[in-house]
Amino acid sequence: MTRVAVVRFPGSNCDEDALRAADRAGASAHYVWHRDTDLGQADVVILPGGFAYGDYLRAGAIARFSPVMAAVVAHAAAGGPVVGICNGFQVLCEAGLLPGALMRNAGLRFVSRPVDVRIETTDTPCTVAYAKGAIITVPVAHGEGRYVAGADTLRELEAEGRVVFRYVGTNPNGSVADIAGITNRDRNVVGLMPHPERAADPLLGDSSGAGVFASLVQCVQPVRGGSA
Amino acid sequence: MGTYQVHIRVMPRPALLDPQGQAVEHALATLGFGEVSAVRMGKALTVSLTAPSPEAAGERARAMCRSLLANPVTEDFEVAVGGAT
Repeated sequence: MTRVAVVRFPGSNCDEDALRAADRAGASAHYVWHRDTDLGQADVVILPGGFAYGDYLRAGAIARFSPVMAAVVAHAAAGGPVVGICNGFQVLCEAGLLPGALMRNAGLRFVSRPVDVRIETTDTPCTVAYAKGAIITVPVAHGEGRYVAGADTLRELEAEGRVVFRYVGTNPNGSVADIAGITNRDRNVVGLMPHPERAADPLLGDSSGAGVFASLVQCVQPVRGGSA
Repeated sequence: MGTYQVHIRVMPRPALLDPQGQAVEHALATLGFGEVSAVRMGKALTVSLTAPSPEAAGERARAMCRSLLANPVTEDFEVAVGGAT
């Protein structure tokens, strides 16, 4: 069974949603406190949404120095899947595991509503269970979600197919090239601003985000086909 | 060794949209400060530290900016070392 670690920072607030969504997808999920240095034999690490350390200085800037982050960096370096959702995406950028940065929304407002997002690549641990080009509806809830990166980085992201999620229709925050989520060069670290864990249960009105968690389970334990 | 107050200014890169600065700019215009043509908003930090010289104090402060206080993707910083206290 896929073991999923959900990291809890002081100020995380989507940790339980992420844990439940992972369990629901068939994983065995557990919490890891930010002071822990052991991920509990996790196959997959999720950095959940929230306001780690109150977002002081910059969102994710302090969280990146948490004791647990050394283990997360080592897990990523060994090729292990790491997913950062919303605040987790900000932490991954600050930690240098993903390029670029997330700045204050162009419209200044905190934006909290469902958005349409296109799956741009299925070659990541977060999207293997989707069809390429599929459009899912998932909530965003952030004040600092405007993705920015240098021109060279942007060219590289597009050329290598590393934009994983892209806003369609409305861009809620002014992100460059409508980018909602990206992956690293090795394609094992993914960050996204929308909250798939908030749309992973039919009871919540929409479950099109459940595929992110199904993907995390599938990428570790591939579904065995007929011809091996 | 002396104790120095180092003043650090962290600003969003000029090329990047600064919605906070724009909001302040609009508010100033509303209040009658029509002569304002641009506002950019950043952060100011005052760090007290001990160092063998003002140059060394500045060098340490720049190292702090590179590792934590400024985001290398979006922000520039300036360091000014005050007198020893």
